[in-house]
Amino acid sequence: MDQHNGSNKKFGMVIDLDKCTGCGACMVACMAENNVPVREDETNKMLSLHWMRVYRLTNGKPFPQSEECFLPRPCQHCEGHHGHSPCVSVCPATATDYDMHTGIVSQIPTRCFGCRYCMAACPYHVRQFNWWDPVWPDGMERMLNPNVSVRMRGIVEKCSFCYHRYQIAKDKAYAEGRRELQEGEYQTACTQACPAGAILFGDLNNPKHAVARIAQPDPAREGKSRNPNAFRLLERLGTNPKIYYLSTREWVRKAGDTEVRKPEKA
Amino acid sequence: MENPKANITSTAAGQHEKKDGAGGPIILFFILGLAASLVVGWVFVPETFYYTKEQPIDFSHAVHNELVDNGCQSCHFFRADGSYSGSPRLAQCIECHQEANSDDPNEIRFVEEYVKKGREVPWLVYSRQPACVFFSHAAHVKMAAIDCVTCHGPIGESDSLRPYMKMDDCAECHAQAKVSAGSVQTQKDGCLVCHH
Repeated sequence: MDQHNGSNKKFGMVIDLDKCTGCGACMVACMAENNVPVREDETNKMLSLHWMRVYRLTNGKPFPQSEECFLPRPCQHCEGHHGHSPCVSVCPATATDYDMHTGIVSQIPTRCFGCRYCMAACPYHVRQFNWWDPVWPDGMERMLNPNVSVRMRGIVEKCSFCYHRYQIAKDKAYAEGRRELQEGEYQTACTQACPAGAILFGDLNNPKHAVARIAQPDPAREGKSRNPNAFRLLERLGTNPKIYYLSTREWVRKAGDTEVRKPEKA
Repeated sequence: MENPKANITSTAAGQHEKKDGAGGPIILFFILGLAASLVVGWVFVPETFYYTKEQPIDFSHAVHNELVDNGCQSCHFFRADGSYSGSPRLAQCIECHQEANSDDPNEIRFVEEYVKKGREVPWLVYSRQPACVFFSHAAHVKMAAIDCVTCHGPIGESDSLRPYMKMDDCAECHAQAKVSAGSVQTQKDGCLVCHH
């Protein structure tokens, strides 16, 4: 008997790329919320850690037709087939797991031993490796979030959909004798930080939540959106991610589903 | 085919045993040595790993539990946001202990050293969790209606504290109750329930 009460949730996001201005507030809010370490020299972006990262897309056309789009990329929290997302399937330490009750792909830093199979398996580069122990500038350690443990060197970390906020919100609900949360009670740091309101967060299984209304996932087609403006990154891989992107521009929607193109024959 | 070599060795060993009459004492000596090593290993070596510390004030739950109206929750209560207050702060103690209420030397020392100087008591809290652990009192006490005694033992009637709780104690109960079997990897509780 499973004592888990209430229906299974499937937390996900809808990110409107037409609203995103690329300001990076989500990245900053995420790093502050989750105690993501910074280094003295952050010039080499290949070595810096970001749970949330904003990419810049261009349509590759010359000036009059040139267009840009910014794409915020948190962990996609892939469901795959029945929770077998790419990273969960390969983890030999059970450090990463798929939770059927929330749809969150978890990463437990104290179980991870840093083999980095998951980083190789993840098609979205959301997983980050701690090459060094975190060193905080003087006084900054007092600004750390007490609800998120600081990770040591030699392990992998990634976005958790601010799971600690879910736990704190549930505590409050329990104290008031409720089991179900309101939509606004559990929101991620990036969602709340976005000044353009481009990021929406909620339960994709709950038709009252904005994400479910906009993303309109089709369970018969592995959650593919019924909204013609919505797409997910690399959808054809079958990763079944829970981050839906919106754009009215066709080139942006195509950019989210790149394939390896065969070189054109001469 | 027979193995002649094995035959030769066993015969030689048999002859050797007959000649040597010291086998008994050697075995006895070996057993005594083994027993002595085990006693040292099990009794004395752990003593060198662990040490005991005294609480700054010898607090008696038994005395206090008799005097308060609302049981454990008189001092250990939930805040409005569902978080748990844990060990009481000095401000709570002062509500009753502005002055010493008895001639108990512990209470007099408490009033002299902490209440009058306005210092918090540096209690040694054995139940403090490491940073990677999330424990919700609200989920256990409010929702699952588990008594304090289930995990903390009859601490309200005792003068001593249960030293600490191991993860196995949590896991045992969670496995029996199948609290939240949402993990794809384990088909049981995921690590995420308590760790992140």
